[in-house]
Amino acid sequence: MIASLEAVEVDYPGRGRALGPFSLSLEAGETVALIGPSGCGKSTALRLLAGLESPTRGRAVLSSGKGETSVVFQAPTLMPWASAEENAALPLELAGTPKPEARARARDALAKVRLAGAETAKPAQLSGGMAMRVSLARALVTRPKLLLLDEPFAALDEITRRALADDIQALWAELRPAIVFVTHNVEEAVYMAGRLVVMTSGPGRIAAETRIEGPMPRPPGFRTTAGFRETAEKVSHDLALAMGQAA
Amino acid sequence: MTRALSLLAPVVLIVLILAVWEAACRGLDIPAYFLPAPSAIAAAAWTNAPVLLRSAWNTLSMALVALVISSAIAMTLALVVAPSVVMESAVRPLAVALQVTPIVAIAPQAVIWAGLDHPERAVVGLAAVVAFFPIFSGALTGLRSADPDLERLFDLYGASRAQRLFRLRLPSAAPFILEGHKVAAGLAIVGAVVAEFVAGSGSAQGLAWRILEAANRLQIAKEFAAVVVLGVMGVGLHALLQAGERAILLRWRGRR
Repeated sequence: MIASLEAVEVDYPGRGRALGPFSLSLEAGETVALIGPSGCGKSTALRLLAGLESPTRGRAVLSSGKGETSVVFQAPTLMPWASAEENAALPLELAGTPKPEARARARDALAKVRLAGAETAKPAQLSGGMAMRVSLARALVTRPKLLLLDEPFAALDEITRRALADDIQALWAELRPAIVFVTHNVEEAVYMAGRLVVMTSGPGRIAAETRIEGPMPRPPGFRTTAGFRETAEKVSHDLALAMGQAA
Repeated sequence: MTRALSLLAPVVLIVLILAVWEAACRGLDIPAYFLPAPSAIAAAAWTNAPVLLRSAWNTLSMALVALVISSAIAMTLALVVAPSVVMESAVRPLAVALQVTPIVAIAPQAVIWAGLDHPERAVVGLAAVVAFFPIFSGALTGLRSADPDLERLFDLYGASRAQRLFRLRLPSAAPFILEGHKVAAGLAIVGAVVAEFVAGSGSAQGLAWRILEAANRLQIAKEFAAVVVLGVMGVGLHALLQAGERAILLRWRGRR
């Protein structure tokens, strides 16, 4: 077990309850998608797993230490004044890794996300997809045990998001972090995750859980298999129920 | 083409205005003490060039010294105040009070504090007061402008306070700080000129002093010439700072 949320509830002053009661247990190397309507507390659950917030009630058990958890946000969230390499090296440099080593590992991480040659580019000089891959390189540079992705494809076009999904799968195959992935795209969730958790509208609770069969990383053409179609339809149905509308 | 036109347009307008002005002065026989013709102003500027340039340098150097002093104080104060909302709410009303008080109102006292033998100190001090607010306010806004998700990332990776300041908040504040200095530089010149009107004498003989002197002696063309030099100086400094700001920002975020 790498992290677990045990019947957590999160209340925000003035806005009432955002999440819960909600429980989720993560095994090492597992890929889990959280899917649900806007405002269901998906991102809150992610922040609990990152240790960036504490539950109002319930317990968050995080076994990974400092530097073992990484987050990728919806926007690339890069430092605009820093090059791709400087951005990717940030987590290591903050942890006190000597600069030459941090930079070398950042260059490796950039190469892994197919950005070799773009080391000196500033974020404004990169396309949306490239900036997102820098963000991914920054998350991977510490070789995390837990990778949290908060709607990382939301701002990208369809072609770019598919390429990025395959990049993440390849990286997962190499480094095997546990991945928790927040999305409101059913197909994306089925493609990326081994387990899919459907959440109700806020405050989010678990509405349904689905194991997704099939090899990881996904083989080419996985999106067109009958299994993929069926699972996507089942999840769409679960999601519609969770939102209180019969499908 | 449009670029050339937009550069040419203000020149054409100025020439046009000067031509009408010149024609009006000659055609309507306007007395020189009331409104001198542009040709007379140009002649006065030419004959008085050494003294006008020396005075311009005096005003400019006092304004620049004021800007440096103001920048040091405003930046330090912003760094001290930025981490704490309580500190900010303590300081901000005082800063605003300083900003809205016309410096002519405090100038006589500033002259006394600076010592009657050192009017240049009073001018520098008053110009610094005027330049303070935009730098302080810009730096304070900038230090709090960092992307909240980047702040979270710094939390996640356990950044120290120093790392957060030097690697996130100060770089995020850079564009705001530059803008604050640009506004402050213009204000420092205006501040220096206004302060000179009240405090100028002896070692603080800048352009304002020349304007007063010329007006008192009814050398109206020379007075206008001094005003023109003041305007040119202001426009030049603004252009210089604008170019500097653009160059730094281009380095900051990279050439697109």
